[in-house]
Amino acid sequence: MFDLTGKAALVTGASGGIGGAIAEALHGAGATVTLSGTRETPLRELADRLGDRAHVVTANLGDAESLAALPKAAAEAMGSLDILVNNAGITRDNLFMRMSDDEWAQVLDVNLSSVFKLSRSVLRGMMKSRWGRIVNITSVVGATGNPGQGNYAAAKAGLVGMSKSLAYEVASRGITVNCVAPGFIATAMTDKLNDEQKGKILGQIPAGRMGSPEEIAAAVLYLSSPEAAYVTGATLHVNGGMAMI
Amino acid sequence: MSDIADRVKKIVVEHLGVDEDKVVESASFIDDLGADSLDTVELVMAFEEEFGIEIPDDAAETIQTVGDAVNFIKGAV
Repeated sequence: MFDLTGKAALVTGASGGIGGAIAEALHGAGATVTLSGTRETPLRELADRLGDRAHVVTANLGDAESLAALPKAAAEAMGSLDILVNNAGITRDNLFMRMSDDEWAQVLDVNLSSVFKLSRSVLRGMMKSRWGRIVNITSVVGATGNPGQGNYAAAKAGLVGMSKSLAYEVASRGITVNCVAPGFIATAMTDKLNDEQKGKILGQIPAGRMGSPEEIAAAVLYLSSPEAAYVTGATLHVNGGMAMI
Repeated sequence: MSDIADRVKKIVVEHLGVDEDKVVESASFIDDLGADSLDTVELVMAFEEEFGIEIPDDAAETIQTVGDAVNFIKGAV
């Protein structure tokens, strides 16, 4: 349905469940993709599975040099960079009163500041070509809050405000900036929950199940497509009705 | 006009879509030529590419008119 032939996309956090599904969806629509993450092996495996039009650039978004090198390496590998999907994220959960400065700073650095820096560096190329898509993966907790995730929720809510501001600035240049906010998605991370924890979570979700990474990827694919040119500054909530906002 | 001034003028005309005779040395990009703040960023990017130079942000802020741009580039190339 959506055709991204000739477009080049960088997906961060592509070694994770959601990031991998996003890369696969964009690639399946014809885009050339650069898979980025900290662990080379899963990235390489995914790239091998995708075949042509898939590149791997490892990067640690908490490291300034590594972060600065990433968009350049991706653009070199692909020849251009039209779509940036900021999916990488970390958690350092703790009760607010016990949260250390480090736990706060690490999450804000990787989940918010790195998105600012990556987006800033890809804008030049997008402005020149008068076409660009930036999709930031946020979270339902950025809108609702979540105990133990003061840092994570702050970073995710911060992304929304940042995306809207940037969307204003570059809308006239054919560049859109949007967010996709997943609810509970079945990944390696949620597999670790026990049945009781899962039961509690499912009780809050009208759809009665967790979402799949592919359902997040489909939202990202839409926002990356030419068809979504008139959608900017928006957050698409994909959460099974858990928060209707 | 010097070669640099001609090339600057050509970029400004192309980028802002203004009449060539309006692009005089004293013309302000924003006040006289209808540029918005993002246009000025793009003009600086275009100058950097055309002349193979780096224009740091603090210098870019001082480039308000066509003449400012020509003078800065003359000193930088």
